[in-house]
Amino acid sequence: MSRTYAELPGLMTVMTGDEKHGPSATSTLDVLWVLYDRVLRVSPDRLDDPGRDRFLLSKGHGPAAYYAVLAAKEFIPESWLAGFGSAGSRLGYHPDRTLVPGVEIASGSLGHGLPLGVGLAHGLLARGLARPRVFVLVGDAELDEGSNNEAIVYAGAAGLPNLCVIAVDNQSSSYGWGPGGIEAHFAVSGWSVTRVSGRDHASLASALGAASDRRPRLVVAAVEGKS
Amino acid sequence: MTDMRTVFASAASSLLDEDPLVAVVLAEISADLFAKAAARHPDRVLNVGIREQLMVSVGGGLALAGLRPIVHTYAPFLVERAFEQVKLDLSHQEARAVLVSIGASYDAARAGRTHQAPEDVALLDTLPGFAVQVPGHPDEVPGLLREAVAVLDSGSVYLRLSTESNRSALPLWPGMQVVRPGRQAVVVAVGPTLSPVLDAVGDLDVAVAYTTTVRPFDAEGLRALALSSGLAVVLVEPYLAGTSAHAVSSALAGRAFRLLSLGVGRSELRRYGTPAYHAALHGLDATGIRRSVTDFLGA
Repeated sequence: MSRTYAELPGLMTVMTGDEKHGPSATSTLDVLWVLYDRVLRVSPDRLDDPGRDRFLLSKGHGPAAYYAVLAAKEFIPESWLAGFGSAGSRLGYHPDRTLVPGVEIASGSLGHGLPLGVGLAHGLLARGLARPRVFVLVGDAELDEGSNNEAIVYAGAAGLPNLCVIAVDNQSSSYGWGPGGIEAHFAVSGWSVTRVSGRDHASLASALGAASDRRPRLVVAAVEGKS
Repeated sequence: MTDMRTVFASAASSLLDEDPLVAVVLAEISADLFAKAAARHPDRVLNVGIREQLMVSVGGGLALAGLRPIVHTYAPFLVERAFEQVKLDLSHQEARAVLVSIGASYDAARAGRTHQAPEDVALLDTLPGFAVQVPGHPDEVPGLLREAVAVLDSGSVYLRLSTESNRSALPLWPGMQVVRPGRQAVVVAVGPTLSPVLDAVGDLDVAVAYTTTVRPFDAEGLRALALSSGLAVVLVEPYLAGTSAHAVSSALAGRAFRLLSLGVGRSELRRYGTPAYHAALHGLDATGIRRSVTDFLGA
């Protein structure tokens, strides 16, 4: 049975085990919900459809919200949630695409999702699949990783219109970006950029669902800081 | 003779023409050799600039989109610099690519340590299911590349090109090929070590086997050869010495065997010069191999 947004916290509580990244998990909750509820053209009955949108959770730590949304949208049975992180579970503290239906990449080590997303966006276009979009969720601190910089500059120059990065900004980067810093970093490389509240569903849906121009798109989703 | 790199670029360009799912990812190196192919297939020949991490990850992403990526640059930048990308964005994702390197262990003898990667095969050997092919002659490259692309559904392949070459090519064969018989030992020559091995063992009573396929290691072939050669094995690899010693140990497990592993040494030489000079320094020229094999037989 499909669940509502209000039921997500209940699903997350079912995930017992020592979830060490609590604040990270909730920082992404609203973005994940809006994506799966209103933006992504994906569903459990078309997991292998070449024309589906792709969602890449690059910031793979604290995946409780991700699993809760996947369960709420019936990609995985709710019965899997209770075993979170246990020996027999398919749901680890970092997701594995070979174990969890609907999960497009295995993540955990930071700075891999966006570079993979660049290849995926290229690959879809090379196959003549112009409609599906590639969404990559990163954290503001994850942008510390240099591999992201390789991808940001290249994707801007390559002009991948089917690529959208969602940077969840909880001001957790030690040498952080400052006000408007993340957008400036992407914009100078030729991305279309915008900043919205990471808790405002209507704004998120509007920013993420917007028809893309010929550039890759960055949506900064601002949430409250960790401390 | 056209070198392996040029032959590779030509063969890969043909594959791009034939198969709409083949793609090539570059990081500036060899981009000139792919200029014509890039003009014909701009969406499938991608030069990402001097960004090797991105190059490997883009290969992984292309594979996730259903393409058959060929990812190519100098060996140290392909395997060592971007190793976590190889480990996670290919192996862990079960996204398959053909990695094609140039430079090998000391092709770039004059360039120094930064452009030398004798450790590449040992590193990839830590990942499950990565096939490794080491051609010994440019004429062996097109067939090995074509085969690598054809078997991508079952796993990634590393194709290790070099300016070192045997005098002639051998027909493609997935495991050990017996080049000459002998009773006192079997000398396994990997890739371009075959010509120096044959020069080295001339009148010695040893068998010589040749292989381009390092992983999966032909355990059955090696076992048969070893059993008819006194269970004495000399392994001659053009990369880090001993890289395949564990594979020989597994193939001969439970038997009393003797093994000599020749290859590139671990110490940093800090010498320039030619590849031939470096081969001699590592004991991988005919003189060095003969000295080692003679000592091994007399021990």
